[in-house]
Amino acid sequence: MNSPAFFYILFGFFLLLVLTVALYLWYASGQLRSKASELRKETDENYFKQQLGKMNLRQINQLLQLLADKKTLMLLLGGIFYAHTSFAQNALQKEPLLSETGILITLTLLLIPVFIALVIMVVKLKKVIAHYMAEANTRKAARLAEYLDRQPGEALKHLLEKKKSAEKFALTNKELSGEHTAADSKGILHISEEPGLPFVAVKRRAAPRSQVESSLSRLVLWYLITATFWLLFGTTVGEYVGIKFAAPDADHISWLSFGRLRPVHTNAVFWGWASLGMLGLGYYVIPRVGNQKLYSYKLGWYSLYLINATVLFGSIALMAGINNGGGEYREYIWPIMVLFVFALILTLYNFLKTIARRTTKEIYISNWYIVSAIMFGLVIAIVAYWPTWQNGLGETIIQGYYMHQGVGMWFMLFTLGLVYYYLPQQLNKPIYSYSLGILAFWTQILFYTLIGTHHFVFSSIPWWLQTVAIVGSAGMVIPVVAGTTNFLLTFKKGWYKLADSYTLPFFLVGIVFYFTGSLQGTAEAFRTTNLLWHFTDFTVAHSHLTMYGIISFFLWACIYTIVPRLTQNEAPQVTVGAHFWLALMGLLIYTVPLMYGSTLRGQMWMEGKPFIESVTMMAPYWLWRAIGGSLMWLSHLLFAYNLYKMMQPTHITDVNEKALELLKQQIHPTEKND
Amino acid sequence: MEWFDNHKSLFTTALLLFVVLTFMVAIRPALNNEKINRPLPGAEPMNRDALAGKKIFIANGCVACHTQQVRNVEMDKMWGQRPSIAADYAATSRTDVWRNTATLMGTERTGPDLTNVGNRQGSLEWNLTHLYNPRILVKESVMPAYPWMFEIKESPAKNDVIVNVPDAYLKNSAGKIVATKEALQLVSYIQSLKQTKLPDGTVLPEFLYGKKQETGNITSGQEANKINGAELYATHCQSCHQSNGEGLPGAFPALKGSKIVASDSLSVYINIIMNGYSGRVSEGFGVMPAVGTNANLSPEEVTAIINHERKSWGNNATEVPAEEVKKIMDFINTQPQKTE
Repeated sequence: MNSPAFFYILFGFFLLLVLTVALYLWYASGQLRSKASELRKETDENYFKQQLGKMNLRQINQLLQLLADKKTLMLLLGGIFYAHTSFAQNALQKEPLLSETGILITLTLLLIPVFIALVIMVVKLKKVIAHYMAEANTRKAARLAEYLDRQPGEALKHLLEKKKSAEKFALTNKELSGEHTAADSKGILHISEEPGLPFVAVKRRAAPRSQVESSLSRLVLWYLITATFWLLFGTTVGEYVGIKFAAPDADHISWLSFGRLRPVHTNAVFWGWASLGMLGLGYYVIPRVGNQKLYSYKLGWYSLYLINATVLFGSIALMAGINNGGGEYREYIWPIMVLFVFALILTLYNFLKTIARRTTKEIYISNWYIVSAIMFGLVIAIVAYWPTWQNGLGETIIQGYYMHQGVGMWFMLFTLGLVYYYLPQQLNKPIYSYSLGILAFWTQILFYTLIGTHHFVFSSIPWWLQTVAIVGSAGMVIPVVAGTTNFLLTFKKGWYKLADSYTLPFFLVGIVFYFTGSLQGTAEAFRTTNLLWHFTDFTVAHSHLTMYGIISFFLWACIYTIVPRLTQNEAPQVTVGAHFWLALMGLLIYTVPLMYGSTLRGQMWMEGKPFIESVTMMAPYWLWRAIGGSLMWLSHLLFAYNLYKMMQPTHITDVNEKALELLKQQIHPTEKND
Repeated sequence: MEWFDNHKSLFTTALLLFVVLTFMVAIRPALNNEKINRPLPGAEPMNRDALAGKKIFIANGCVACHTQQVRNVEMDKMWGQRPSIAADYAATSRTDVWRNTATLMGTERTGPDLTNVGNRQGSLEWNLTHLYNPRILVKESVMPAYPWMFEIKESPAKNDVIVNVPDAYLKNSAGKIVATKEALQLVSYIQSLKQTKLPDGTVLPEFLYGKKQETGNITSGQEANKINGAELYATHCQSCHQSNGEGLPGAFPALKGSKIVASDSLSVYINIIMNGYSGRVSEGFGVMPAVGTNANLSPEEVTAIINHERKSWGNNATEVPAEEVKKIMDFINTQPQKTE
């Protein structure tokens, strides 16, 4: 193996951590040396004077008492020494054989415990030093006591009295504010009157805004409701399919066999959950940024019906054993997928008409992304599904193109468009750089379109086409870095909002995975890494890091942003938080062991080990995947509950509202309440 | 910019850029590939059963775990004699007007590659039993079982193909397990998956990223000992003869206590490994494929396998030197091959 970029980065990160700790230890040992040399110096008069100056009121009083008693002077030492110290240390810094993946991985893994061990060492050493310093201080204290005993009583007493009155001085805390009670005429203060500690951190509530037109609101909500249904359905299937790796004999029903259910899972979450979710959120963005009403609600509803029909019929067909021939995400046959295409045509027409009638001069960048995603989605579907061509390897070339453009040009482009609207909205500030967004837009089209065949590196597809795909994958660094930078810099001066927002963490996770997941894709595309990881579950882990880590987290962020505005109801913050953490932990537990196991598997294949050994070896990693998957699935139940709560009118009577209502009834008894 | 403020010019530009790139990297290469590639002259067209079997293979999504492509890299050598080339897929066309072409190249190798499985594991008995429940034969397997492709019959008809299933997998039913037409078609498809020989004189495409060529000849006994016989056994023999060497009663003979394994005359033993065996079909045992020839086993590898079998499961025959095996293999190679 030559240069698996991913592991270099990982390895470098941990090496950096270890070096940091080592550096700190070195600095601390320097401190210790200087402290030690200080101790060796004879304690002089100045030192005692200094020490007197450090005394606090209690110590002064005690000393005065002692002076008065003219008895033996006792002394309590004030001030605690901080000892940033340690002895010499050895950090693991040897240069490894940086050309072997296995060694890189192993070293990275080794560095983690080494790092932890170093940290523990620092803690232990500080303890030892503290003990040592305490002994030294006791000796000093004895000498100080002796010195104080020698001093003439009156002079010392005078000095101490002066210091006592200085110590005692305190402000009344009312010098500046005066004696009046505070008035908050601008509504800046939000003081919770309820005593007690909060069980979970309380986040800021969604800002109340003017009501959204109810016909738009209803349309968007139904997109999101059906999307959530397909999320639950699709991931339940996915969870079951994952369990089958650990229990292959879980059932013997043809409709539920692994090969049939796997595409049911992938297609339901793609075309059902993600696509419907994106479109629903898009229906809100397109008219809003053009300051114009949606052109046609009716067309919006037709699209909704068509897409739901696609996923419904598609899933049934797949389970019945009717599929298109096994290309991933292209398993629905064209008579079913054509419904989806119609839905896209209607939506595109609807969006373009809305944009044409916009009242703003510019077309906001979100609409660039969203409209392009729909246009490209149409092109992709038509090219891939046109029923009169693709014999022989033509099918595979188109498959590579279709599979990756579906991901990059439909899901990614559309979602980025949504983020360009919803993220600045949540941060309440404009996007950092409009031009970076435009750069990312054009480079995404230029490079992403090329990368399809990187799924078939070393296959019988023309070698030049594979090379183009690999070069395109490397080029993807430009739009990814531009996009990530833009989003992160939009956070600038708004980071404090992260702590008290329940939507921003979703955005942040999406951004982080946008960066890491996309660049991981680039690293995977190289020929050498392909050798190791292709055909293993590494690809499965990667697609979950991206489709789940990026797309789903962004969609949730946008949904939690917008639904409260549509319904005037918020989800319980506890269950939103639980959704977030379960989804994130689940994703990590799902992907990290799977990537590790797949790396081992790739190595076994390269070493020519018996194939079945590589199956047995994967068992624990497949189990981890099922565990992580269960957490993710659980988080979706919570998400569905949250959506329900956001749409359900609150049943608990608002005391203030009710009081006002009653008052109104008293004053205007004839008026009916509505 | 004015240009970007006009939705027509903006979206037309974006669409054109995408369509032009699509044409360059997808449509044109795909059309071109269809045009320039023809099936290999030696390629046998699939028979009707195999074609029907392929549809069953597609319907059940087997491609989710099984690839059908031997990449031109060293690690894929175990799946075929040569890397796959575009011509191998040229005969594949659309399944029908409703369904797309299925080259079934796949993107996941959770299970073995099937490009050459017809040569590697072409046994009908093995495939049927394995299909009924893979764990009968490979207990570590995670492949789904396909019992719905089999029937239970109290009194099977004469033409019925009865599948050998151990009692533990029978769920207390008294009848015999009989393969349905579907199961037979599917196996027929699997048996048909064989790499076509390239026409004589064609330069074989290379396997890349090979291990560095070792200098000198490795025929000395010491070198051969380094080859792991147990691993080779697991790869080439275990799915039939099992890890405990006991085989499967009524389907695959035991090597534990086998006379041939322990015999001093190696020629029969080596001939079976290299060219397969059908001598015990009358006893109900399956036909053994030409494992050694199909996998291109070297004399050293054959020696390692033989010595593993002679020393395992209580077998205690003397180990054989690689030189002797090589001599016998050379002799076998000069003999005319029987065609089935």
